[in-house]
Amino acid sequence: MSQAIAYAEHSAIEALHAPGSPAVVTAAELRRRYGEGDTAVDALRGIDVEIAQGELTAVMGPSGSGKSTLMHLLAGLDRPTAGTVTIDGTEITRLRDAELTRLRRTQVGFVFQFFNLLPMLNVEENILLPLAIAGEKPDKAWVEALMRRVGLDDRRKHRPAELSGGQQQRVAVARALVSRPAVVFADEPTGNLDSRTGTEILDLLSEAVAEFGQTLVMVTHDVRAATIADRILYLADGRIVKDVGASTAAEIVAAVEEVSRS
Amino acid sequence: MTSVALKGLAGRKLRAFLTAIAIVLGVAMVSGTYVLTDTIKSAFDQIFAGSYKDTAAVITGKSTVEFAQSGSPTVPASVLAKVKALPDVQTATGQIFNLNDSSDYGKLIGRDGKPLGTSGNPTFAFGLDPDIGKLNPMTLTDGRWAAGPREIVIDSSSARQGHFSVGDTIGASVEGPIERYRVVGIAKFGSVDSLGGATIGIFDTRTAQRLLGKQGYDLIAVSARPGVSPARLVGELEPLLPASAQVKTGTEQAEASAKDIAEFTSFIQYFLLAFGVVALFVGAFVIFNTLSITVAQRTRELATLRTLGASRRQVRRSVLVEGLVIGLLASALGLALGVALAKGLSSLMAAMSLDLPKAGTVFEARTVIVSMLLGTIVTLVASIAPAIKATRVPPIAAVREGAALPKGRFASYRTAISLSVVALSMALLGYGLFADGIAAAPRLLSLAVGVLALFVGVALTASKVARPLASALGRPFARLSVSGELARENAMRNPQRTAATAAALMICLALVTMVATLGKGLVASDRDSLRHQVQADYVVTSKNGWDAFSRAAGDAAAAAPGVTVASSVRNEQAKVDGDEVRVDGIDPATIAAVHTYDWISGSNATLGSLGRDGAVVRQKWATSHGVGVGDRIAVLNPAGHRSSYVVRGIYTQPKFGQVDPVFGSIGISQRAFDSAFERPRNAYTFLNVRGGATPETTAALERALAAYPDAKVATRRDWVEERATAIDQLLNLLYVLLALSVVVSLFGMVNTLVLSVFERTREIGMLRAVGMTRRQVRRMIRQEAIVTALIGAALGLPLGVFLAWLVTRALSDQGVSFAVPGGLLVVFVVVAVAAGILAAIAPARRASRLKVLESLAYE
Repeated sequence: MSQAIAYAEHSAIEALHAPGSPAVVTAAELRRRYGEGDTAVDALRGIDVEIAQGELTAVMGPSGSGKSTLMHLLAGLDRPTAGTVTIDGTEITRLRDAELTRLRRTQVGFVFQFFNLLPMLNVEENILLPLAIAGEKPDKAWVEALMRRVGLDDRRKHRPAELSGGQQQRVAVARALVSRPAVVFADEPTGNLDSRTGTEILDLLSEAVAEFGQTLVMVTHDVRAATIADRILYLADGRIVKDVGASTAAEIVAAVEEVSRS
Repeated sequence: MTSVALKGLAGRKLRAFLTAIAIVLGVAMVSGTYVLTDTIKSAFDQIFAGSYKDTAAVITGKSTVEFAQSGSPTVPASVLAKVKALPDVQTATGQIFNLNDSSDYGKLIGRDGKPLGTSGNPTFAFGLDPDIGKLNPMTLTDGRWAAGPREIVIDSSSARQGHFSVGDTIGASVEGPIERYRVVGIAKFGSVDSLGGATIGIFDTRTAQRLLGKQGYDLIAVSARPGVSPARLVGELEPLLPASAQVKTGTEQAEASAKDIAEFTSFIQYFLLAFGVVALFVGAFVIFNTLSITVAQRTRELATLRTLGASRRQVRRSVLVEGLVIGLLASALGLALGVALAKGLSSLMAAMSLDLPKAGTVFEARTVIVSMLLGTIVTLVASIAPAIKATRVPPIAAVREGAALPKGRFASYRTAISLSVVALSMALLGYGLFADGIAAAPRLLSLAVGVLALFVGVALTASKVARPLASALGRPFARLSVSGELARENAMRNPQRTAATAAALMICLALVTMVATLGKGLVASDRDSLRHQVQADYVVTSKNGWDAFSRAAGDAAAAAPGVTVASSVRNEQAKVDGDEVRVDGIDPATIAAVHTYDWISGSNATLGSLGRDGAVVRQKWATSHGVGVGDRIAVLNPAGHRSSYVVRGIYTQPKFGQVDPVFGSIGISQRAFDSAFERPRNAYTFLNVRGGATPETTAALERALAAYPDAKVATRRDWVEERATAIDQLLNLLYVLLALSVVVSLFGMVNTLVLSVFERTREIGMLRAVGMTRRQVRRMIRQEAIVTALIGAALGLPLGVFLAWLVTRALSDQGVSFAVPGGLLVVFVVVAVAAGILAAIAPARRASRLKVLESLAYE
């Protein structure tokens, strides 16, 4: 554990020391409106943001602030009403379904609040699923390293139902990392876990950023989760109202307070 | 990706199995039918091949007419002597032995005084001489062959059934009263256990000839001297034969005989296969519905796969692979079950007096191929729509609860599409039913496709009416209890699903209703037609009512005390201008007293002037053959002799008389008949008695016929009832066969309910948490099932009545009337409700056992 924290700190320091990293994800003038006419709701009202390579970005904000919508748009799960999203140089907002599918295979990984593991597959199969879908041969050494890193080496033949919530989420993290995507999106990764296992997952995520240089965008309302971020975006009413670097828990609590009040 | 689909399937074994059942039953019907008919065919092939194994050549009579009452013409006895004289002939034997076009009938009487065997099966009386060795078609299992007028050999199955063994005395009736014979042997056909319930009595040839009134032989079997080929022997025999006889090699004869049987078995085959196809069609609905629900429930899983990079194609393929595997497994299971079902079908046929011969079960490659292909393809086709639906699951559904599926490209055309399907089906039905001058095959095809399309169309439209129907039909339940209220809401909330579930039952109920309605119309029409034509107090017929019976029996009845008028009617198949026609021999003096002729030209007095060469003909036949009063018609009898008659009168009959004719199209005097046809037999003996029909007179007549087991007597009323309701037996068979489809649709309901319960785990937990009892939960599920079943009935019954009405319209010139069987329809509704209750048992139990806390925690 202490080692994991060390990694986290290390990565945070490193991120600060590499300010010129290229942007992996870029959003420009991003708007999203749900519904039409009188009942229309503007979830995003113009977002411009760049996510740097190797950085762990947390997105925070009160319910209805548009943080989930932002993640959906950045990840290509939803289409904006206006504006563009670029991942690794490709403007995804214009892609057709088949091209988006290809992009998901190579450039994007997901970690979900409810893990979304496939119940009939065992740990190993779940982790290798993205590669199987893409029809790619797994890089043995990389997979073994991942397996060890997430600490499920002795459980590779277990089914998700035989694992605890924390273990399941670790499998999900490994699955997100296995294809070495340009960016991993994590949607409330600790939202369904108790605080101890939540911490384990956070350690794992920061390790991934630190050790493998993984770019990661995490939507969360968990203050602890935000403390591992290199950068925190605060959203309110569909706009970024605060964009700060790594923060302490106290700072984050204060920022959340401030954002909620505004 | 494929392995994901397969593992998913393996992870839901019970569900997969329940889904597969829908197809298993249909495939079982198909494979069972093949096994059954192949087995019958092989049994007969064995019999025929065995019968002529050592026979080089077979001389038989040449039939000019099919299905003649008197059978094939006999081969004159003089031919035998000439054959024997040929140097290349080793031995030759004249036999009374014919399985195909047989007229060799005689009943064996059991120890209880009743004929052995079931009433509908052939009862053969053969004549085989004892010393014919290898030319004997049958094999002894005990004793020796009959020699002399008082000896008989019986078949092993009859011996077993009637507990007869060698040395016993047995009664037998061959074209006359029962006489007693000593059983000197037991015989059978090679390895075939039973000839489909037929009983066989074997006399020596001379005795059989005498009993059956035959001058010559049914066949002469010939063996060749060593070194003489059958073909050469046939060549030498041909010049010896009269025009009414023919010669074939033993092998050819076996093949020809087997071919006749093959036609019969292929008829049974198509008949039974049709019900397999119906069951598969219903099964397709179940598969479609189950997979649709499964896809809806797996939305998150499918969306997750999309976020991990699965393409639409991969998602579609995963559902299709699931369908393929279910189809393959179901087909394999069905194939195996079919073998068991073949035995069941055989018993079913036996129960309908259609015993089939038994021999080793035949399992052909074709059975495997057709069953596997049919089941798999049907399942695959049914999984196409759910697979396409699965591709519409957006990746965002992985993170957003309850994300609605975007509508398909054709969603807005749904109503238009379903209405066009209905319209198309109507066009096909109209064409099939009312178009003139099209061949049977395209007509049947357009009818079958039309009915199937109609079902699909109505099922598609059903989702529109399911909601209001559920609302209306569920109202009584809603009034009764809160469970009923919820049940009604549940049935209403996903109308598409409710409609698809109800559709499977709808199809079955529509078919059953159509059959019942048509049946009622046919019975009513037949009853009217028979009553109009026949006025006799009593009617004597053969035991089954259709075959001919011995003249002796008719005479015995005529001689009974109290009989004032006795009028026997002979009948036989003949040919005029190459067309088959039934000719009756009537008694001109008495027939008008017992039968009504509706004269077009002539009168009852015309009958008196028939004499030796006069004829009365039915108007329909006269018109189609361009025959008028005063014209001559040349009638060819089964033996190939021609006699000519002058048309003296033309009469008509009720329209339905075409469908169930009491008489043939040509009537001649009995005297003329008896001289023109070999071995004349009675179709009916009509009796009028002093004081009309009374139980005492009936008893007296039965006593008079006691010695003639081939005949029976019935009052006019009973005769009309029995003959008109003969179709009920067929209807019962149809109900049993359609019940299979009902079972399939029942499994469809079980599936939907199980999946719905699974889907509503949380909701049910909530209901339990706020105080709903287990019993209330069960009632809720059960009543939802009943509402669904009632929707099926509400759609299916009118549809079936409508189809029956259509058919009745098409058959209106046959005098088929339309009558709605109200009582039966009520029964069908009750059956539907029972099916619903039955289907709900397991799902309701499951729902009521959900643990409150766990179901609430279930995410």
